[in-house]
Amino acid sequence: MFRAVVRLSTSGVRSLARIRPCYSAPLASRCCSHAKVETDEEFDARWVTYFSKPDIDAWELKEGMNTLIGYDLVPEPKILDSALRACRRLNDLASAIRILEAVKDKSGPHKDIYPYLIQELQPTLIELGISTPEDLGMDKL
Amino acid sequence: MLATRALSLVGKRAISTSICVRGEHGVAKVDDYALPAYFDRRENPLPDVQFVTELSAVQKSLKEKEKGSWATLSNEEKIALYRISFKQSFAEMNEGTKEWKSVIAGMFFFIGMTGLVVLWQRKFVYGPVPPTFESEWKEKEVQRMLDMRINPVEGFSAKWDYENKEWKK
Repeated sequence: MFRAVVRLSTSGVRSLARIRPCYSAPLASRCCSHAKVETDEEFDARWVTYFSKPDIDAWELKEGMNTLIGYDLVPEPKILDSALRACRRLNDLASAIRILEAVKDKSGPHKDIYPYLIQELQPTLIELGISTPEDLGMDKL
Repeated sequence: MLATRALSLVGKRAISTSICVRGEHGVAKVDDYALPAYFDRRENPLPDVQFVTELSAVQKSLKEKEKGSWATLSNEEKIALYRISFKQSFAEMNEGTKEWKSVIAGMFFFIGMTGLVVLWQRKFVYGPVPPTFESEWKEKEVQRMLDMRINPVEGFSAKWDYENKEWKK
């Protein structure tokens, strides 16, 4: 099941458009499974809460981040913001930079996702003093 | 069991040959391969352990500095901190090899070798072709086919101009 992905409209106006799972037959609506479907907002909220835990430990950060990267989506800026703040609480700058690299890699061929994320995260990056991999020259070989 | 979990959280590989006591019944040696390993993978951005386990004095002081504000760290210090935790950056990890050149070269080489073998076979293994391949024979064969009106509607003889005794243009 496809989950929410951060996508940009192609018209130059940067607005956040979510891709929702499409149910193609509005007349005869048939759900194959009766399981409760989690909305995108619930998903985001759950992950923001996970990383916002004040006494999060290194293992939980790693586990959460690796799981999140395992999903078929690029995390929302607010989830990443929460994760970067968790890195700050753990005094782990390297992981913060690694997270930024990972989401850039996760965007794959959609080259416009990463600049959008950085733009949204800019206040947090400045506040916490995190340099992007590009600033450090780590995106080149 | 709890001891090994605690060891893995700390991530120190220096105790790989240490012994953990289990319930006072005996000792179990923790082998190196049983401990969490470091690996660079795209799908696992934060590995279980740091890359550098034994920190030098400079690195230790850098780690202390990391506890303060990150804005005070220079770019070199930030890169150094990254390199303590990780071996390769994503760019380095995803870099392709030049292996494809060897693969193509190998392909051409073996195709060439096969070609040489085939040529050798033609010369030294196979006998002569039958006489039916000679041009004189072929001419007579074509004339016979035209006389028999082979495929006269749309095929062979249809392309022959019987009045002018030549192939149709």
